[in-house]
Amino acid sequence: MSAPILRTQELTKRFSGLVAVSKVSLELHVGEVHAIIGPNGAGKSTLTNLLSGDLPPTSGVVQFEGRDIAGFKSDRISRLGVGRSYQKTNIFLPFTVFENCRLAAQSRTPHAWRVWSGAGRFGDINRLAEEAMEAAGLAHRRDRVAATLSHGEQRQLEIAMCLATQPRLLLLDEPLAGMGPHESLRMVELIKTLSAQHAIMLIEHDMDAVFAVAHRLTVMVNGEVIESGTPEAVRGSPVVQLAYLGGGDNLHV
Amino acid sequence: MTASRRSLALFLVASLLLALFPGVGGTFYVQLLTNVMILAIFAMSLDLLIGYTGLVSFGHAAYFGLAGYVLALLGPQYEAASLWWSLPAAMGVCALFALLTGLLVLRTKGIFFIMVTLAFAQMLFFVFHDTKLGGGSDGIYIYNKPTLLIGDFALANLDNIAHFYYLVLLLMLCVYLLLRRILGSTFGRALVGIKVNEHRMQALGFPVFRYKLASYVLAGALGGLAGYLAAVQFGFVNPEILSWHKSGQVIVMVILGGMGTLYGPVLGAFAFVLLQEAFSNQAWIGEWAKHWQLGMGVFIVLVAMYLPQGLAGLLQRFGRKAEAKEEREEQP
Repeated sequence: MSAPILRTQELTKRFSGLVAVSKVSLELHVGEVHAIIGPNGAGKSTLTNLLSGDLPPTSGVVQFEGRDIAGFKSDRISRLGVGRSYQKTNIFLPFTVFENCRLAAQSRTPHAWRVWSGAGRFGDINRLAEEAMEAAGLAHRRDRVAATLSHGEQRQLEIAMCLATQPRLLLLDEPLAGMGPHESLRMVELIKTLSAQHAIMLIEHDMDAVFAVAHRLTVMVNGEVIESGTPEAVRGSPVVQLAYLGGGDNLHV
Repeated sequence: MTASRRSLALFLVASLLLALFPGVGGTFYVQLLTNVMILAIFAMSLDLLIGYTGLVSFGHAAYFGLAGYVLALLGPQYEAASLWWSLPAAMGVCALFALLTGLLVLRTKGIFFIMVTLAFAQMLFFVFHDTKLGGGSDGIYIYNKPTLLIGDFALANLDNIAHFYYLVLLLMLCVYLLLRRILGSTFGRALVGIKVNEHRMQALGFPVFRYKLASYVLAGALGGLAGYLAAVQFGFVNPEILSWHKSGQVIVMVILGGMGTLYGPVLGAFAFVLLQEAFSNQAWIGEWAKHWQLGMGVFIVLVAMYLPQGLAGLLQRFGRKAEAKEEREEQP
């Protein structure tokens, strides 16, 4: 197997007394969807925040394409090629769908600091924005103000913005949360398509979706990885079954 | 008419009316409008921060006053300074002050940002108020207006009230067009993005701090332009021009006019000064003129209650009505 695009070693995050993420070591590869599952409060979102730079880790190693990035700010990590979507929709509500994507695409072009030329005039940025909308299935909503979109569409926009930054690694934090069945199906297809060219870390509670797209599963409980492997291996793991059943949380597998 | 055509028409009509005004207005009113236009530049520079970058600065008077003091202190005492170097010097010092303080204040957010910007402005106030540097609370006279020469030819004589009026009008229009241009650029769009959702901008890969700093420096320099012109107009600087009242006033102008619209704060400056003039005019409203603050206060409260988008919002409402009417008429 090729070298991992992202690798963590003993990654830990402590909030005063609480250990939210404890000694997590994992690898993400291009062409692979790596799903992180676990009950609420397991530290999945915190882990994402550590990888994206939204939070600095307390200790441990994060390497992206062989480079140590632990403690980098989120803008720098983003420019290196890591895109993330948020669990709680985090978009520019007063802007149109196109402007949301255009801004995202603008972030990494050399034109970003131009103060004199009109923002709409850069063909390459506009093209990236259009492609991202197309991929996320939002092309027909191009000129709608983001605040007026349905919840599901806002989730799609979240992904579209992420794509417009041309990441090589995608960190998707519950992309299906609050989506209808039709939209979910669409998103699952999109993740499958993207996984061919990208490395994807997927956090998701919808187990049907997880087992439909994931090549590798990591199960977290109380900040710790309790199991990691292929979906089949994890499904049969006694540790996982005990943790889930014992915790009173249902793993619908 | 489309919305952009309509705003272009409004811009041209307003510019033309202002250009014609010295032909009909008396000296007092020409000077009053000059003052208003200077404050309009000041308000636009603050709108860049409040309305477009989401930075509510409560210390913007620092730049207004600092530029005036630069002119008063750097200019020769008994001769006129040349505008060619004194204006860039004043704006440059303001930009530098914005850069240095920006490195600190931009690390804070929300209410803390408001307080820290106020604190820096107050420090500057006390530097000029309590030391001999700028003549203490008495201030400094600027006996000679700056010259505007090309070779030996005077482009304008700033002692001449009409000349100065036109210089200020020209600069106000330039600042407006400059900011329009910048705000329409990729840089400007990024600023508005930061105002709307700073966290996401950072996550998308924008070095947010640098963008805010650039905006802060530009706003400081343009605030300095306004302060320089005010010092030239009054021929006098004292610590009052740095006081927090001045910072508060310009915030009121921006909010009154409509933040994030650029022309709104211009309207706000006009409304603020002209209403203050009207409410304190004894010939018009008699004894009440003594209590002009009351009239202003009521007006500001009414705008805040009924026009949350300020005077610009009122204008936009008319624009939408006109549009709807046109659409109705187009239908058979």
